[in-house]
Amino acid sequence: MNNERAKTLKDNIFKGWAIFATSVGMIMLAVLLIKIGMDGLHRISLDFFTALPSRKFEKAGILTAWAGTLWIMVTTALFAIPIGVGAGLYLEEYAKKSRWSSMLEINISNLAGVPSIIYGLLGLEVFVRFLHLGESILSGSLTLALLIMPIVIVSTREAIKTVPNTLREASYALGASKWQTVWMQVLPASAGGIMTGIILALSRAIGETAPLIVVGALTYVPFVPKSVFSSFTVLPIQIYNWASRPEAGFAVNAAAAIIVLMSITFLMNGSAVYLRNRWQKNVRW
Amino acid sequence: MRQLFIALFATILLASCGNKPQGDNKEAANTGAKPQIKIDGSSTVEPISEAVAEDYKKKNDSVDITVGTSGTGGGFKKFGRNETDISDASRPITHSEDSICKAANIDYIELPIAYDGLAVVVNKDNTWLSKITVKELKKMWEPDAQTKIKKWSDVNPAWPKEEIHLFGPGTASGTYDYFTEAINGKSKSSRGDYTASEDDNVLVQGIAGDKYALGYFGLAYYEQNKDKLKVLPIDNEKKEDGDGAITPTAETVKNGTYQPLSRPLFIYVNKKSSAKNEVKAFVDYYLANGAKLAAEVGYVALPDEANQLVKQRWTAGTTGSLFVGKNNVGMKMEDLLKSEQTTAK
Repeated sequence: MNNERAKTLKDNIFKGWAIFATSVGMIMLAVLLIKIGMDGLHRISLDFFTALPSRKFEKAGILTAWAGTLWIMVTTALFAIPIGVGAGLYLEEYAKKSRWSSMLEINISNLAGVPSIIYGLLGLEVFVRFLHLGESILSGSLTLALLIMPIVIVSTREAIKTVPNTLREASYALGASKWQTVWMQVLPASAGGIMTGIILALSRAIGETAPLIVVGALTYVPFVPKSVFSSFTVLPIQIYNWASRPEAGFAVNAAAAIIVLMSITFLMNGSAVYLRNRWQKNVRW
Repeated sequence: MRQLFIALFATILLASCGNKPQGDNKEAANTGAKPQIKIDGSSTVEPISEAVAEDYKKKNDSVDITVGTSGTGGGFKKFGRNETDISDASRPITHSEDSICKAANIDYIELPIAYDGLAVVVNKDNTWLSKITVKELKKMWEPDAQTKIKKWSDVNPAWPKEEIHLFGPGTASGTYDYFTEAINGKSKSSRGDYTASEDDNVLVQGIAGDKYALGYFGLAYYEQNKDKLKVLPIDNEKKEDGDGAITPTAETVKNGTYQPLSRPLFIYVNKKSSAKNEVKAFVDYYLANGAKLAAEVGYVALPDEANQLVKQRWTAGTTGSLFVGKNNVGMKMEDLLKSEQTTAK
């Protein structure tokens, strides 16, 4: 009887701790959101999205910053997805288990933990200076693509691992080639997981500032990029610049820009969750 | 399907390799028809360059002007590689930066554009300080202080026996370079155990919330937070710079009595770039309007006389630095510019 009571007590304590742990994160996020919302929400208007940066905080807008962010994200995805998914596919489906491939595996996982500024320095030397791509969107997005590649590769592999071997065997039994099996069975079956990984990786890239500053993202860019060779700025840099200005009005602008950036991140993470759920429902084996 | 796959990879390969020939970075960065003027460097000077570029764009939209904030040192690195036309700097170019430019065959025109005062501030509730001397500041901030000065009373026995909390900009900042040179006598020589932030607003918050804090940052940040902070008048114990302790204001920074913590801000123009019409027109505009715009974004305009001398320096295309190899920190800008003119004659 006594033993029973002790058990329930332990149970309740653990439950309480788990609830507390969850609410810490939730409350912090809520406080942050409410504070930022109160500071910046009233500043968001159509003008804010269409105005150029300015020294007058009431006139300043984020047109070039969000346009730069959009350019960077799209080009980063163009580089990171085919190469990252390709590498993941190779490691899971083609590579033989050898010392070499397990070395490769460990290295890729380690790369995911390398500080982003290191990627920036690499990008500066390789893309900006060695390949002469200049301080352009192309250099920035190639650098970010390298940065998120390990995440894409790892999540691709995890997703492919969940595809049961019976599916591949069934495909071979029907006379399909390796290529047909991978393209028509394995990839569609793991697409949900792969896409979730890609979107989460891209939401990491969207908040990155350090590597982009190193490869030459600028602070004041009064024009929307016209090509991948254009100079550019991105939202996090604009936010930082405003947050460090002396006039209080710029802090309001920074808060408003943070709301925009967070909404984009929320949208991206939300669609990752949606995709995962949808695919899980569709897959039946 | 297969063709599609191959086509996709081919496109990516082309996109990543196909553009190597467009080598020269300045041209490659801009495929549009408009010429580009690239400015990079100090984040302190950025608001002035941004303001000038913003107004210039209204007047003349035929050129794209971009401003980066790699920091004074980072800006000079790019400048020394011919990657920028103009470098923003919150301190004079150093000897080693100057050598790098010389080695790369880059001549530059050094143009002071405004003053910034560095304010030394304490908490509102600080009752024991109404002014401070340069000696006392040195005692607090010199590298040796790290082991010796732990409490306020270690600086002056009359001050409280409480731990002293110091705040200042990070080591990459030109503000740090200037303060350490002016107070400790040697650039970058400072105690290391203070709370550092590249964002002056963080320093403001830190000092405003801590009774036993002292810190330094740009005057503009004090002006915007007057209600939260107390600024200390500074006495450098030299009669010629005004008697007694001087409070930093636009006036005392401009007339040179707030010493030694008034610093000039500069732009450095690549001599080759200055031959281009668009750069020449922009710098002309910068010198004509920079003073007014600098004051608008929180800095102090140069005195008219100094401003005239700077314009003459630009028109004459005088290259080289007034500071490299000379100890001119704290000298009045107009005297410095004049002395150069007389020696040139």
